Amino acid sequence: MREQIEGSQAVAQAVARCRPEVICAYPITPQTHIVEALSRMVRAGALAPCEFVNVESELAAMSVAIGACAAGARAYTATASQGLLYMAEALFNASGLGLPIVMTVGNRAIGAPINIWNDQSDSMAMRDCGWVQLYAADNQEALDMHVQAFRVAEELSLPVMVCMDGFVLTHAVEPLEVPSQEQVDAFLPAFAPLQLLDPADPVTIGAMVGPEAFTEVRVLAHAKHMQALDAIPRIVGEYEQITGRPSGGLLDRYRCDDADTIVVALGSVLGTLEETIDELREQQGAAIGAVRLKTFRPFPRQELAQAIGDAERVIVLERAFAVGAGGIVTDNVRAALALAPDQAGGPDRARAPDRARAPDPARAPDPARVQDQGRPRLHTVIAGLGGRAITRRSLRGLLRRALAGDLEELYFLDLRAEVVERELERARKGVSGPHAESILRDLRMVMAGPV
Amino acid sequence: MSRPPEQRERFYQTGTLAVGGRLLAEEQRTVQAGESRANAITKGHRACQGCGEALGARYVLDAAMRATGGQVIAANATGCLEVFSTPYPESSWRLPWIHSLFGNAPAVASGVAAALRAKGRASEVRVVGQGGDGGTVDIGMACLSGMFERGDDVLYVCYDNQAYMNTGVQRSAATPPAARTATTEPLGGHPGNELGQGKSAPLIAMAHEIPYVATATVAELRDLEAKVIRAMSFRGPRYLHVLVPCPLGWGSDPAQTIRIARLAKETGLFPVFEALHGRLAAVSQIRRKLPVEEYLRPQRRYAHLFADGGRPDLVAALQAQADRNVQRFGLLAEAEPREGDLLHVLADGERGP
Amino acid sequence: MSRPRPFAITLDVGSSLANRTGDWRTERPVYVRRMPPCNHGCPAREDIQGWLYEAEAGGEGYERAWRLLVADNPFPAIMGCVCYHPCESACNRVQIDEAVGINAVERFLGDEGIRHGWELPQPQPASGRRVLIVGAGPSGLSAAYHLALRGHHVTLCEQAGKPGGMMRYGIPAYRLPRDVLDAEIERILALGVELRCEQRVSDLQEAMREGGYDAAFLALGAHVARHTEIPGGTAAHVINALDLLQDVEAGARPQLGRVVVYGGGDTALDAARTARRLSPQEPVVVYRRTRERMPAHPEELRQAQEEGIAFRWLSTIAAAEGGHLRLEAMELDGDGFPQPTGRYEELDADALVLAIGQDADLALLSGVPGVEVQDHVVKVDEWMMTGAPGVFAGGDMVPAERNVAVAIGHGAAAARCIDGWLRGIEPRAEQEAQLATFEHINPWYYTDAPRTVRPLLADVRRQSTFEEVVKGLDESSALFEARRCLSCGNCFSCDNCFGVCPDNAVLKPGPDGEPYAFDLDYCKGCGMCVTECPCGAIEMVPEEI
Repeated sequence: MREQIEGSQAVAQAVARCRPEVICAYPITPQTHIVEALSRMVRAGALAPCEFVNVESELAAMSVAIGACAAGARAYTATASQGLLYMAEALFNASGLGLPIVMTVGNRAIGAPINIWNDQSDSMAMRDCGWVQLYAADNQEALDMHVQAFRVAEELSLPVMVCMDGFVLTHAVEPLEVPSQEQVDAFLPAFAPLQLLDPADPVTIGAMVGPEAFTEVRVLAHAKHMQALDAIPRIVGEYEQITGRPSGGLLDRYRCDDADTIVVALGSVLGTLEETIDELREQQGAAIGAVRLKTFRPFPRQELAQAIGDAERVIVLERAFAVGAGGIVTDNVRAALALAPDQAGGPDRARAPDRARAPDPARAPDPARVQDQGRPRLHTVIAGLGGRAITRRSLRGLLRRALAGDLEELYFLDLRAEVVERELERARKGVSGPHAESILRDLRMVMAGPV
Repeated sequence: MSRPPEQRERFYQTGTLAVGGRLLAEEQRTVQAGESRANAITKGHRACQGCGEALGARYVLDAAMRATGGQVIAANATGCLEVFSTPYPESSWRLPWIHSLFGNAPAVASGVAAALRAKGRASEVRVVGQGGDGGTVDIGMACLSGMFERGDDVLYVCYDNQAYMNTGVQRSAATPPAARTATTEPLGGHPGNELGQGKSAPLIAMAHEIPYVATATVAELRDLEAKVIRAMSFRGPRYLHVLVPCPLGWGSDPAQTIRIARLAKETGLFPVFEALHGRLAAVSQIRRKLPVEEYLRPQRRYAHLFADGGRPDLVAALQAQADRNVQRFGLLAEAEPREGDLLHVLADGERGP
Repeated sequence: MSRPRPFAITLDVGSSLANRTGDWRTERPVYVRRMPPCNHGCPAREDIQGWLYEAEAGGEGYERAWRLLVADNPFPAIMGCVCYHPCESACNRVQIDEAVGINAVERFLGDEGIRHGWELPQPQPASGRRVLIVGAGPSGLSAAYHLALRGHHVTLCEQAGKPGGMMRYGIPAYRLPRDVLDAEIERILALGVELRCEQRVSDLQEAMREGGYDAAFLALGAHVARHTEIPGGTAAHVINALDLLQDVEAGARPQLGRVVVYGGGDTALDAARTARRLSPQEPVVVYRRTRERMPAHPEELRQAQEEGIAFRWLSTIAAAEGGHLRLEAMELDGDGFPQPTGRYEELDADALVLAIGQDADLALLSGVPGVEVQDHVVKVDEWMMTGAPGVFAGGDMVPAERNVAVAIGHGAAAARCIDGWLRGIEPRAEQEAQLATFEHINPWYYTDAPRTVRPLLADVRRQSTFEEVVKGLDESSALFEARRCLSCGNCFSCDNCFGVCPDNAVLKPGPDGEPYAFDLDYCKGCGMCVTECPCGAIEMVPEEI
């Protein structure tokens, strides 16, 4: 049944229908509406016998979830931004221990300067913490992904992070359909933990592992992680069968078949982006498409390479920025494109455990060969940092610039370049050298260009 | 005193002081005296010779196992205890046990407790959180305080060896004044660790007015076991702070671990007491009061107090601290807590038997 | 669980047993049995710690204790009455509070033995060897007992009318009730020992030849009172202490009036206390040295003083005439010997009792080749044998301290040596275990428990009767007292080692009381068990590498 509902409330309802047993949370904007809603449900007895634990920090939130999950409870928490970083140590621990915790991240910028608005710097900063990361394009997908996340997590004994843009999604009200309790029950079996703290069958969880086995532990973790690339499509398929609704997955292609320019993006920007693509296709017949990246960890290299490998130009639209390096997603996309065509399209996926254990160096991609074959030119576009709106107008300008062949390799959407230039000029004496000079040169080009 | 009164007068040979004895009825022996003790941490662990923490952990957990019929889950902070007990591929634990991080053991324990509540098993299965002084008094303090104030049904045990031993003997907030550590060397006229009040985790725990707070040492097994068993009779957060000498970090003879713990109590430097709901309820009185020097001299971490003319000023300061403890806690039969003292306020003017 | 647990992160419980930490060790603990100071101090070589250990259990433990006790000494009840308990003087517990009342527990056990009619062990099959014992005092009876147990035929020849020697004719009944004495002697005779009373052996060689004896043990005692010349002594009423004690034992109640006893040994006090019971006037003991140098047992002195007996220290009797004595004051010289001062005083006295020592009557040895007599006593070698092969001697007639416990010890030692001699076994000195000193004790573990004072008869009551003065303990007091034992140097199953090992490397293989064992596969050699052993029954020894 579709109803007008705020994204946070919808996620809370979806989580509730997964019959969580322990929910713990520490409040942080913009996650608060989700946990407030769940807290109310627990208090009202609607989720009995679920426990809601008000903790004193995000570290404690994840730690309570770790303890609860190890003791066999389906555990859930939510956070954002600073909170995600504050629990960083525990994030690595949860995945290292293989505990299938599900967590919502209401994506938000990271300070300093402190900023409560949306970007994806938080979850991107935690991209290598061993969690499965799902990025929702809209609130329907966000709520569906939570239900799927519990299945993925518990099947693989891996924690799953569902990332949804703060405010843009968490606080947006739209008509949504939350799966019924019967549908969720049919989809999600009771939690059967792989390892359990139980006096009847005691185990030691969390041993110290030295150089003699640490690499093997990591490789096995990688192999397990990569299994999600098989599990997610299957689970999403089952979900669709039960709900009649395609939602989630590794990635979706939008109008890519004939596209020579493809934009790769994650999260809520996809809606605006696809509208803009539609508009430019209609108005000027531009062959533009988009890839909706939904699973960022594990990174679906083959699927992505297949989706974009034939394009002339790939624009990676990122809501996070690695200072001193550039686009975070871009690096992953570049690695996917570096796969040889047979690898990209072949049935033999590098993620199989035996492959993970013994990679074949002879089949490693050769960047020079990729270059030679005229593979797509990659552009990084950093957009929407700290809550700056990504408008259709801005995207339109961006795509036109790209179609004209004027897009730089690294581009900041809607950058107030004059501010940056003024400040750089003021600090000129302290900022010198070839790299600083090239930033200034790039900025002047941006200012001169058509927006 | 926490020991049951009926055990006091009956056994003349070693009374309630030794571990067990053939003269005692089964129920009057310590848990440790029994062959059927759980050995919650078993042999083959890699603790140093004479490790007080290994001993303390077995004492505490075996007592908890006895009190619960073996229904205990333990959550352990990073530290010596965790490292020496669980190097892959060998675990010394014989109860369900989890190690997560250094500073989060109380929260992990809270999570286990929450799961047990949700699973309807909280009445049978109980949770013990444990860690060293660093994991408790320093990095774990926030999680510990949170566990306390929420009222989670967890017994948290701090095995206090008064410094970061696992990393090579650096100062913690539980390091006593004048003690040498790798980060408080007595150089350039410095006294070792600075003189001051330090951080008393038991008093902080009492300020939460949780049902049960107690201190103990590995030297008085019956007292320790009685406290664990008593702690397990309460629901809600409980805190037990056990002094466990570290031969490595304290520079003491491994054979003297228990004796040094005993001296810590008998000099008054480590007060042994119980508090109920934030009120001081009972004090384990000093049996034969000794000067602090008796405690300090066998430990190389205090060697600078006695070498080359020594530091009589520091010894006097430590003696004053011990004397203050005697006064504050009423550690001698004639001593009463001082009017207006924090402890007096915590005790609400009343003291137990 | 069917699915495999995560590799390396999740481990099976108790898997550390695979790690044998015993490799770390450079020293290993071993259980030892040190010599407890009480055992060391016991002239009768009783295993005091051993029988206290059994008694500590109470109940059936008392009989076990009694059996262990009589394995060394067949007179526990008698010892409980008359022994001056050097064991207690040696007791380590005195450094914590007070010595354990070993003697009182022994008396309790002895009384229990009599009360329950516990029987001595059965003798071994007859050896066919015959041993003549001359003198049925404590030494002779003790030797008879131990020889009989070893299967030898024993003939006891006693000059007096009843067996017991000084136990009967020297120690007053208020110190040793005669029913106790008779009961414990009777038990020995019941083993088949042949007793011939009123039979004086005047020629040992002839007696042995006639009786076909393979060996002899001489335990004549010392019954011949020494004399001292006191001017005018013949005019006064002068009697020997032993004669007085023997007369009273025979039932006499002489009226002595004001009595002065001359001497400072136990016999002097026995005589004075006996006199106190015979006369309303308080006796005076005259002794030439100081109180501190008096050879009598302090406990005996204390009881005598409590009974109202007066003492004149540093005094000799210079003359006796009519109703009074002339005393000369003495002073000790630098070597502690009393020297006359020439100062005199008078002391009223109706009777003077001399108690200045006794000697043995060694007439029967005349003509025995090889026997050496020096200072009125017979020389024996370390195996209790005189210069004559097969002739052994002990008790008051050989050079040693003279008391019942020493005599009993001699009897037991002689029996062991005679047995060996009869069997042709070369005697060998026993390796004595290291003494358990207070440094071996961890006093923390012993609760503070004051010694139970044996209920003393009211002072007034004891002054006019021969009722026993020091009664035995009741059961609970005896148990209390036994449990005060520190068990020096010997494990008493307190479980401390089992409990304090941080490496769980102490095993309890058997039920209570069975020895513990070290699990050397895991023992790291920290030595905590040694430090925390209350009684010093563990030591560290270097590991052989």
